[in-house]
Amino acid sequence: MTDILIKNLPILVVLCPLMMSLIVVLIPNIFLSSLLTFASTFVAFIFSILLYQEVQIHSTISYALGNWAPPIGIEYVIDKVSIIPIIIITLIGFLTTIFSSKVMPDEINETSISKVYSLWLLAIAGLIGLVTTGDAFNLFVFLEISSLASVALVAMGAQKDKQALVAAYNYLIIGAVGATLYVIGVGLLYGITGTLNMADLSERVVDLKNNKALIAGFGFMIVGIMVKAAIFPMHIWLPKAYAYAPSAVSVLLAATATKASLYILARILFSVFDIADNLIINTLSYVILPLSIIAMFAGTIMAIYEKDIKRLLAHSSVAQIGYITLAFAIGTKASVAAGFIHVFNHALIKGALFMAITSISFYIQKRVTLSNLSGLGRAMPITFFCFVICSLSLAGLPLTAGFISKLYLIKASISADGLWIAILILFSSALSVIYLWKMIEALWLQQPKKEIIIKENPKIYTSLLIITFLNIYFGLDASFVVDSSIEAAEKLVGVSK
Amino acid sequence: MISFENLILITLLSPLLVCLLTPLLSSRTILRDILGPLGGIISSWGAIQLMASILNGEQPRLELLQIAEGISISFVVTPLGAIFGLVASVLWIFAAIYSVGYMRGNKEKNQTRFYIFYAMAVHAALCIAYAGDLLTLFIFYEVLTFSTYPLVTHKQNEMAQKAGRLYMSILVGTSVILLLPAIIWVWVVTGSLEMSQNGVLDGRMNPEYAPYLLAMFVFGIGKAALMPIHKWLPAAMVAPTPVSALLHAVAVVKAGVFTMLLILTNVFGIDFLSKTGASNWLVWLASFTLLTTSIIAIYKDDIKARLAYSTISQLSYITLGGALASSMATQGATLHIITHAAGKITLFFVAGAIYVGAKMSKISELNGHGKSMPLIFLAFFVGSLSIIGVPPMGGSWSKFFLMLGAAESGYITVIAVFCISTILNAYYLMEIPARAFFFKKEREVKIKIPILITIPTLITCFLTILLFFFIEPFENLTSIMVNKL
Repeated sequence: MTDILIKNLPILVVLCPLMMSLIVVLIPNIFLSSLLTFASTFVAFIFSILLYQEVQIHSTISYALGNWAPPIGIEYVIDKVSIIPIIIITLIGFLTTIFSSKVMPDEINETSISKVYSLWLLAIAGLIGLVTTGDAFNLFVFLEISSLASVALVAMGAQKDKQALVAAYNYLIIGAVGATLYVIGVGLLYGITGTLNMADLSERVVDLKNNKALIAGFGFMIVGIMVKAAIFPMHIWLPKAYAYAPSAVSVLLAATATKASLYILARILFSVFDIADNLIINTLSYVILPLSIIAMFAGTIMAIYEKDIKRLLAHSSVAQIGYITLAFAIGTKASVAAGFIHVFNHALIKGALFMAITSISFYIQKRVTLSNLSGLGRAMPITFFCFVICSLSLAGLPLTAGFISKLYLIKASISADGLWIAILILFSSALSVIYLWKMIEALWLQQPKKEIIIKENPKIYTSLLIITFLNIYFGLDASFVVDSSIEAAEKLVGVSK
Repeated sequence: MISFENLILITLLSPLLVCLLTPLLSSRTILRDILGPLGGIISSWGAIQLMASILNGEQPRLELLQIAEGISISFVVTPLGAIFGLVASVLWIFAAIYSVGYMRGNKEKNQTRFYIFYAMAVHAALCIAYAGDLLTLFIFYEVLTFSTYPLVTHKQNEMAQKAGRLYMSILVGTSVILLLPAIIWVWVVTGSLEMSQNGVLDGRMNPEYAPYLLAMFVFGIGKAALMPIHKWLPAAMVAPTPVSALLHAVAVVKAGVFTMLLILTNVFGIDFLSKTGASNWLVWLASFTLLTTSIIAIYKDDIKARLAYSTISQLSYITLGGALASSMATQGATLHIITHAAGKITLFFVAGAIYVGAKMSKISELNGHGKSMPLIFLAFFVGSLSIIGVPPMGGSWSKFFLMLGAAESGYITVIAVFCISTILNAYYLMEIPARAFFFKKEREVKIKIPILITIPTLITCFLTILLFFFIEPFENLTSIMVNKL
């Protein structure tokens, strides 16, 4: 029994939320549907932990879907690289589901809650599928599943604020363009190599150096993924979508959605294609590197001038994604590892910050802007405490998870002879202190306009406390994150680099 | 016999314990106020034991936590650290007593919060003193900045908020943008975050890059207040005086110059510096800061502002001593950490006493008040003599060594700089007791100075004299530091 379970884990981790989403939509009872959602995300999280253990033993698990042997059939690959996003998605999915149980009914009509949970599970399933699959076209399918589910989720925000419809429409159109570009790229590659399996692709593209169709296909694929990963300047859908989605949805999307696409980007750059190839070197140093640096600053500066807190955090995400792509762009083993460390830590940080802001807006029953934060810190000490810790983590202060990311990122860029990059990274992170400080100052130092009495709800702050604790824990004992990221980087760019 | 690990823990944790216990006792003010001095006594006892062990040729160390491979939090007691640790913990006893007198005498709000962060800052300073590697040093350097922010903005008014912003942006900004990459640069070059007594860079780093790395360190360590990043120190003077006294004359700024000296001696190494001349530019920058801020101090009428600029100037003595890259100058710089701390804390105590007792903060208001507060102004006089470097005060030793060091490394101009600055010191410091004792009184003021303020002031004043006669153990420590013993 356990053998069968272990053997089928790679597909079970996807199927568990996918199947449950079909069941949940049929259940009108709010309590039951949220319980089922909770259960299935929890099981998916357990599965991902089991997978992690398996990967430690076997290093790579290949699963042939329907027993059609790859490269003909669809292959699911779990290795030391893909296990990182799987753990992130299932962990955050699980935590946000706990969190959503109280927040969701506040923003969504009773009749639509089970539909929302169904979409919720669908989005999670899509994201997990995206990172487990080893097939370039199957990847597109999952990309669309997760995107369309997220678009619908964002649109659900319209019950509170009609702007959500515009945001969702933007997201839909831009996302569809991205997906189309990606699939055109896949089509071109399929045309010249005759395969869709990524491992197989990587063997066949070696012989096709300087093939024009290959270069075009690669370009389409990369741009398509960059849209999904919200890499500057293809990020324009992101701030609005995060800002107007129902609160719990923004937490989920901010922490997981772009992470999966970033993983795909790394996979295509380093695993399908070869880092030693001129095409990749040029892409990294002339496209991704400059765009990342611009993103770092543009995102931060936009955040400094933003008044709406959810949108502020979304702008900050754009900058943080810049750090991750910058790490990939440097292209050494150490820097790719640093990128993965930050993928993990940023999911924790941004998830926590969005959770904190969502809790605040739940308590005060208003959109959270800088001006109505005044003096709330005293009224909700637990939420405020978590918010401060996670802000410090975002700024990269020592003893938090964010510091570990910064440390490895800086070290990687200095050892790749990029002292100036290191200084730029630190300069932008010093700038990020400005917007964080503005929020903390408003929460703590300013006097509230009128006396506010708020009773913090344990159903809301439990998951916030857990994720804040993780932020500190992974700052004090980072070996799990660091070791698995270094192993992932070794697998992607080779041991010697 | 207590093991060295426990001894380090006792010294470091007693301020942290004070910080944690204070909020529990917030309603019992007497117990709460005793905690600080008590913690100071325990902590200084530990610091003295650690110093004794260094004199016996041992090297206490403690591995606390391994964060990831190659990154850990560890503590090692070096001669330099032993000295800084002793200064911070001993002076904390008196500053803690003094702050009780000050906070009560001034009827300040939020006293519990004040004591919490006060103890926290001392804890951070001690952790810096015993930091065993560069990362631990950096971490507690930041903790110190953050724990002093609520103290600087204690009054929570517009001015305090503005000063707090300047304080944070300079200290955090410089440390994050320059100090952190400099540390990581050393990590990349040497492959570890460890330091060693003779430096770690010799033979591993291209000497051509050394001045740039040094510049990143020098401007990254904002707490050492070299020009042009000195502005935060005068801004921080909005804080209550006990904060200015312990933190901005001792713990914070000394943490800055301590870090600077540690980097110069234990990362670069004196030999490496003198061989490559990487620190030559720093000699001139420090000399410039030293003279310029002395001149600015003359024009400041606010007592605390004048003392702040005087502090910046005295900090440059220490940086200059390290930059001269000779063993004698390094010894002088290290001794100056002690002697200046004792002298300057006395001067700040006096400034606070005058503010609490007579509500005066301007020098021009002091005319003729010497007779009504004779002990206080006497303490100021003695403290000033020590800062100026007149025997029989402790300050004379450090200046003596610094001048010898300048001669040893062949910087004759620097000796002249020291002489000119001594004259300037005398000019701007002596004005205060001179006005108090010899000028005519302009108006009558009711004076009431709490006894808890007078006593610590007199004790630290007495310490400056004691240091003249009992400098030997400290000198031995500095000799161990530069490998003379």
